[in-house]
Amino acid sequence: MARIIVVTSGKGGVGKTTSSAAIGIGLALKGHKVVLIDFDIGLRNLDLIMGCERRVVYDFVNVINGEATLNQALIKDKRVSSLSILPASQTRDKDALNKENVGRVLEDLGKRFDYIICDSPAGIEAGAMMALYYADEAIVTTNPEVSSVRDSDRILGMLASRSRRAELGLEPIKEHLLLTRYSPKRVEEGEMLSVEDVEDILAIPLLGVIPESQAVLKASNAGEPVILDVESDAGKAYQDVIDRLLGETVEFRFLVAEKKGILSRLFGG
Amino acid sequence: MALLDYFLRKKEKQVTTASKAKERLQIIVAHERNNRNKQPDYLPQLTEDILNVLRKYVQISDKSLSINLDNKGGELNVLELNIELQDENNPD
Repeated sequence: MARIIVVTSGKGGVGKTTSSAAIGIGLALKGHKVVLIDFDIGLRNLDLIMGCERRVVYDFVNVINGEATLNQALIKDKRVSSLSILPASQTRDKDALNKENVGRVLEDLGKRFDYIICDSPAGIEAGAMMALYYADEAIVTTNPEVSSVRDSDRILGMLASRSRRAELGLEPIKEHLLLTRYSPKRVEEGEMLSVEDVEDILAIPLLGVIPESQAVLKASNAGEPVILDVESDAGKAYQDVIDRLLGETVEFRFLVAEKKGILSRLFGG
Repeated sequence: MALLDYFLRKKEKQVTTASKAKERLQIIVAHERNNRNKQPDYLPQLTEDILNVLRKYVQISDKSLSINLDNKGGELNVLELNIELQDENNPD
């Protein structure tokens, strides 16, 4: 059985697609068969972050409507052959997805892949509900910022009440906290919620902390998921996330600011 | 001036914006969670009454009745009643 993992957040712009792309590549590099699905119907972006935007011919909605087969719509990643992408449609048809037809596609994909990563749209509307409905696990992506944390908590409520697992009374969705855009320096200065603060409030296990990093913008500019930038702090932090997802215990990095020398402290800078 | 800032900053740490953020979040999140799980006050009494009515006719334990009020969005509320009857030949 494939593991269905939704990358969700409630709030937009916190790093869902960046994280989905990194996690997809990371798991595939470990030899797993992975498919990344963009659930953001009407606003597809996973293709851009993955660098395959010019290879999109058919999309998720075409498959749902029977206008294309899965084989036609799936885009094989050029870097890692065990990774495929199922892009969202660009035409806005908010009624395109429902539980039945999404369930059918996921079942088909489950026969071919080990991991199905669902990149959720922002918000708590139908699209976001569809992305989380069939999930076995959820990666709740959160910035250390009040509105993001609050929205993440709302999403946790949805995971516990509106998912298939909740409706059928099965074992609940396994929740993971992924804290992104973390700045240890600002935390030390008392300007940003700390990892412990967010863990305290949301009370779910921590999967990873991705530092605020210039590498993320560079990666999206180039369409090369940041995990491929193996020297970068964000790339290394995502690598740790993959190891933890696969059951390893890895110490958290990038949680403390680099110490300034005594001279720069005295003279500023 | 950097030296002066360094010492002054230590004192300011008492009420940082981060601790304000945490406090505000704890309050609002607790409040919202409370609303999320909110069941009307009459539910325990209703459960008790239904149990008593059922007991006139069948043997039933407290655990065999579950009652749940579900908001299906908008004005539609569904009262869900789940009664498990014991097998008469095999009571346990």
